[in-house]
Amino acid sequence: MIMDWTHAAPTILAAFLASLVEFVEALTVVLAVGAVRGWRGALGGTGLALFVLLVLVALLGPAMTRIPQDLVRIGLGTLLLLFGMRWLRKAILRAAGIIALHDEEESYAKESAALRALGLAHGWDRIAVSTAFKITMVEGIEVVFIVIAVGAGGQGLLVPASLGALAALLLVVALGVALHRPVAMIPENMLKFLVGVLLCAFGTFWVGEGMGVDWPGEDWALAALNAGFLAASLVLVRLCRARAAATVPVS
Amino acid sequence: MAWAKTMWDEFYGLFVDDGSLAVAVLAWLAVCWLILPRLGVTSLWHSALLFTGLVVILAESALRRARQRR
Repeated sequence: MIMDWTHAAPTILAAFLASLVEFVEALTVVLAVGAVRGWRGALGGTGLALFVLLVLVALLGPAMTRIPQDLVRIGLGTLLLLFGMRWLRKAILRAAGIIALHDEEESYAKESAALRALGLAHGWDRIAVSTAFKITMVEGIEVVFIVIAVGAGGQGLLVPASLGALAALLLVVALGVALHRPVAMIPENMLKFLVGVLLCAFGTFWVGEGMGVDWPGEDWALAALNAGFLAASLVLVRLCRARAAATVPVS
Repeated sequence: MAWAKTMWDEFYGLFVDDGSLAVAVLAWLAVCWLILPRLGVTSLWHSALLFTGLVVILAESALRRARQRR
């Protein structure tokens, strides 16, 4: 099968970067659970959540193929836009200094302190299992959604999207095993900015396709949408910074 | 039930942070899908309006939040 790289490359990139951000956030909590309450519960909860997520993908994947392609594009494109716009808005506000940057080291310290305060258990630690299960499910559902949303809009794109997410998972697991501490060296806030741009571009493209819009330049319009959202976001960072500076803080 | 509510809250939170941003995006997509084609807007303008409207909605939401800085 010949791959259409004008679609496959941004699909792999979007799935890889978005999944990377989510996996790094999950890894921080799983590491805290493992270090404070033991690795049996941490890995047990993570494994259980991964199993549930696989079942979810196995059920949702085939169901998608039974829905008309235009409706899938409009539905998933709309969800992708809601998700991407929320993400991009937050990234713009973080870059402008209006809301605090996300810090994995700080999250790790907070999570560790909270888990320590709950006291230790013997045998299967329910708190460890449920904490690891919950964070893996929450971040994993986001990854599943991203993979399906960026992959299901076009023919044969689900495989490249899944490969992008799998590569991110392997990278984060390798870093976690090697470092045994939160992966703080990945510029997470900049990644979120770029992922927000990619998701908005994909969402707009799929929604437009579903509505029957003939994009000028066809598939190359996706690159133009990425450039457009990136340029607009960079301008918005400056405008938000100026707007915040001109506003008297409320005490 | 608490478990189901938590899952629903997490799912809802994936897509909605600023409620008015979400409503504006949905309203604009509805306009682009259902109204613009009936007005005889050409495909080129349709795509340009779809993108521009989304950027305007994003800008309004971000600038409104910037104004509310604490």
